[in-house]
Amino acid sequence: MSNCNMLTENVLDFDKDTEVEKITARLKEILRNNLKRRGLVVAISGGIDSSVSAALCVKALGPKKVFGLLLPERDSSSQSKSRGRLLAENLGIEFLTHDIAPALEALGCYQWRDEAIRSVVPEYGEGWKNKIVISGGIDGHYNHFQLVVQSPDGAMKTERLPLKEYLQIVAATNYKQRIRKTIEYFHADRLNYAVVGTPNRLEYDQGFFVKNGDGSADVKPIAHLYKTQVYALARHLKLPEEICSATPTTDTYSLPQGQDEFYFALPYQKMDYALWAHNHQVPAKELADFLGVNESQAEWIYRDIESKRRATAYMHAKAFLVEDVVELNSYG
Amino acid sequence: MSAEQKIRSYILENYLFTDDESALGSDDSFLEKGIIDSTGILEVIHFLEDEFKVRVEDDEMVPENLDSVNNIVQFVAKKQAI
Repeated sequence: MSNCNMLTENVLDFDKDTEVEKITARLKEILRNNLKRRGLVVAISGGIDSSVSAALCVKALGPKKVFGLLLPERDSSSQSKSRGRLLAENLGIEFLTHDIAPALEALGCYQWRDEAIRSVVPEYGEGWKNKIVISGGIDGHYNHFQLVVQSPDGAMKTERLPLKEYLQIVAATNYKQRIRKTIEYFHADRLNYAVVGTPNRLEYDQGFFVKNGDGSADVKPIAHLYKTQVYALARHLKLPEEICSATPTTDTYSLPQGQDEFYFALPYQKMDYALWAHNHQVPAKELADFLGVNESQAEWIYRDIESKRRATAYMHAKAFLVEDVVELNSYG
Repeated sequence: MSAEQKIRSYILENYLFTDDESALGSDDSFLEKGIIDSTGILEVIHFLEDEFKVRVEDDEMVPENLDSVNNIVQFVAKKQAI
C-alpha cells in the first residue's frame, strides 16, 4: 500500500482557501451553464452543514442573491432556531421564518407518528417526548431500532420498535423534510432561484437524507466534503462560535438525538475516518488500531458502510424507465 | 408445507417476484446477492415471528441466523425446540 493511503489524523486536512475558491467558482458555473437561475435558496437549520453551505453561497454570489429560509416545527430545538437566525443576520441575507407545524398538523404528521408510538407505549400522550435509536452496525448485528420515550415527569422508557411502527414513525417524520423542500421550491420558483441541498459527504454517501425531502436540490455544494472538513470550513469562514461548536443532531424528534444514535455506527468524527479509510482501501486492522476498536468491529463498520450504500442507492437514482428516452440524452 | 418451503416461498414472492425455485439457492447470502437489504431483514424477522410464533431477540439478529434460507431454517428449528 502506498503512503498516501496511510490512515493518520491528518488525512482530512485540506487547503481551505483553495476549496472555498473551487466551490464558489463551481456554484457560479452551475448557475450559469446548467440551472440558468439568478440566485440560490438555502434552508438554514442552524446546523453546521446548512450554515457552511449558506456562507459559501454568499461568498459565491453576494448576500443579495441568496435567500434564507428558517423552517421550524413543533420538535425543533430553540437553539437551532436562534442559531439559524444568528447565521442569516451574520451573512446579511434576506430570510423568512415559516413555522411548518400547522402544515404538518393538517397532513397528520404528528397524528400518524403518535399513533405508531402509542401502539408500542400505550400511555404515550400530551407532554411526552420521543426519539428513535439505532442498534447493530458495529457489533455484527443487523441494524434495528429502539423507541425511547420520556414522560412529562422525566421517566425514560426504551422499547424495541416493531417494523410496522418503525416504518410509520419514519414515514410520518419524513413529512417534515418534504414539506420544507416544497417551501424551498416555492421561493425558488418565485424568485427564479435554484435550491441548495446541504448534505456533507457522510450523509450523501450513506444515504442519510429523505428522498424528495432534504435529498432533493438543484446543487449540493458540500456533498464531497467530510463532516470534519465542513466544521473546518465553518471556522475558516468565521461563522459564529455557537454554530462552529454545535453538536450535530437530527432536530427531527422531540428528544435530543445525535446522528450516530439514529443512523451511523459511530460519532461523525470517527465515521469520517472510517469512510475515508474504506474509500482508500485501508485494511480493517489499521482502521481498528486507529479507532481503538477490535478488528472484527472495524470489519463490521466497513460492511455497514457498504450495506447503507446498497440500501440507499435508489434514493440517489432518477425514476427508472422501461426504455431510455434517447432524445433527452444530449440535454444533460 | 415445511418450514423451508414457507421461508423460501416468502422470499421468492416478496423479494424476487417469481415462483421460479431456481432463482434462490438455499445457501445464497441475501445481503451479498443483493436480495434483501437491511429493512428487508426486519421484514423477514416480522414474518418469522408471525408465522412461526418465535421471538427473535436483539442478540439473535445476526447473519448466521438470518442471511440465507438454510440459516433461517436452522435458526427457526432451534428456536422452536426451546
